[in-house]
Amino acid sequence: MTMLSERQQLSYIAAQAADARLNVELETEGMTLNIGPQHPATHGTLRIIARLDGEQVVWAEPSAGYMHRGYEKLTEVRTFPQVTSLINRIDWLGSFANEVPFILAAEKLMDIEAPPRAQHIRTILFELSRIANVGLFLGDLGVQMGAVTPVFMAFRDREYVLNLIEGATGGRFHPNFDRIGGLKDDLPKGWIDETKQVMKKLRRFCDEIDDLLFGNEIFQSRMRGVGVIPSDIALQYGLSGANLRASGVEWDLRRDQSLPMAWDKVDWKVWTHPDGDSWARCWVRLQEVRESTKIVDQLLDTIPAGPVMAKVPRIIKVPEGEAWVSTENPLGEMGYYVVSKGDLGPFRVKIRSASFNNMSIAPWVLKGVYVPDIITILASLYFILGDIDR
Amino acid sequence: MQRSQSWSAVVPLSDTDVEASASPDELRDGIVAALTSDLGDGVVDSHVVSGDDVWVRVAAESWVAAGQALHRRGFTYFCFLSAIDWMPSPYGRGEDDPSADDDGDDTVDEMRSGYTGGDTRFQLLARVVDPQRHVGVTLKADVPEAADGSLAMPTWVPVYAGANWHERETAEMFGIAFIGHPDPRKMYLPGDFEGHPLRKDFPLLARMVKPWPGIVDVEPMPEKDEAAEGGTADDNATGETDGGATS
Repeated sequence: MTMLSERQQLSYIAAQAADARLNVELETEGMTLNIGPQHPATHGTLRIIARLDGEQVVWAEPSAGYMHRGYEKLTEVRTFPQVTSLINRIDWLGSFANEVPFILAAEKLMDIEAPPRAQHIRTILFELSRIANVGLFLGDLGVQMGAVTPVFMAFRDREYVLNLIEGATGGRFHPNFDRIGGLKDDLPKGWIDETKQVMKKLRRFCDEIDDLLFGNEIFQSRMRGVGVIPSDIALQYGLSGANLRASGVEWDLRRDQSLPMAWDKVDWKVWTHPDGDSWARCWVRLQEVRESTKIVDQLLDTIPAGPVMAKVPRIIKVPEGEAWVSTENPLGEMGYYVVSKGDLGPFRVKIRSASFNNMSIAPWVLKGVYVPDIITILASLYFILGDIDR
Repeated sequence: MQRSQSWSAVVPLSDTDVEASASPDELRDGIVAALTSDLGDGVVDSHVVSGDDVWVRVAAESWVAAGQALHRRGFTYFCFLSAIDWMPSPYGRGEDDPSADDDGDDTVDEMRSGYTGGDTRFQLLARVVDPQRHVGVTLKADVPEAADGSLAMPTWVPVYAGANWHERETAEMFGIAFIGHPDPRKMYLPGDFEGHPLRKDFPLLARMVKPWPGIVDVEPMPEKDEAAEGGTADDNATGETDGGATS
């Protein structure tokens, strides 16, 4: 803590000194650069205000809220089953994964659990949405640096995964498939074989990206040693997911908490990286896609028989209480603090989305970097606008 | 933990959950004991759900001290900070239960707080996690109301830097000022926005203008007489006539 405040103080002094120098020397003019709200370099409508001294960032601040939809207020006038169609849209690339923690929180309050088959299929769909989400990130990464090829490969292979999700749930982007007590439907015929084929393709995609992008010299020199976040700073800001693991903190909510999901039934590895730079964040994500394909493959072989829906009443009333459930979503820790008063709908839902915390570190990490690095650092922190603004 | 027998009778219970709740939770009880030794009377109440979660309510003046104590004890991961407005919504519940008998149920509920209780309308809510032991604590604190109705609490930013954005969001959504916050601007809302949207007495205008169909998503069947009166022209439009009227 002392380290942080010292550092903050130093950076504050540095910013003041930079401003003073600008005023006195008048050789370089200070400049405030406004990136966004609509700019191809940002993912959606995030606006970044950066104060520059030459090529260097003195001070940068993301300005969120251009897409704030007020989900926390809207959940208060919905019934529990209706909420999933809203929260689907928070992280729109991994939408099924958004539904799971909320449903688990409601199930926790009701003291019920989905049947084992439903837990298995939930986990498979959860990992598929991670592959679709992070797969696109890996392709998009190249675009940030002017490499156009990987994004086409990413869209091509993401399509296979989206087709699978559509085949099982009926919705490509917003499945709305998770129900309190289980799932809406069982898997369609032939889905398991097809999924195995797609997982093979995805592993090949990961190898291609590893070769083409991570092996690229320009990519490495733009990423290595840039935007370093030490682990204590990462924890203080509440960074989660791959961003935290890339700073050397070995913590994965899939492994380190007991949830009624199937992750503990298969063999997989939590990848970390000690460096904490942009490179490490991207590299950890690449490994995680590979692990996800392994998780899906193993789960497909061990799906238990049985129903996919527990017996729940037609009109669901959730008993009074409070519950917190978070899961390791594609972007990081996504959690819901659900307060119920025994009514049909929740009394209050606090949505803890990963990108909100992940982006709150931006003013800290962007200080002192060069302008082109803003883009790569933000890309490597990986945010989805809907996940910041909710 | 609140268990309702009627629920457990119809649905499969988790085996692990039952075992865990039977034994006392030493880890989480230890956290409460440690916090009590650090803060003394600052800890007002606590609630432990064995093997699952722990809630601790601290006094408003111990809010920062509680954060510092937890940070010192290894809870270095900042999860979230927010608030709850416990006042029942003056606009009624979001959805009314169609199965409940509808006799004089329009009375507004009394205000009652959740786990660990509370004396004020607003409560702060924060969660921090120990990344080594993988255990989290949900902290709560009553937000005292000043004589002029304003709400203020000390900031957590010096303890957990990540609280910065969360406090900005809480400030604009609930109208709770954070004393000592380095950057108290609005987070999401436009600068000239009036009101605090997540307060229960802030109306959700979209819902008031056009009521959501909610749980009843089909309109009631038209009366037989009306269908007959509609005549032949409306047969296709209503779709409910049995053809008897036309033939």
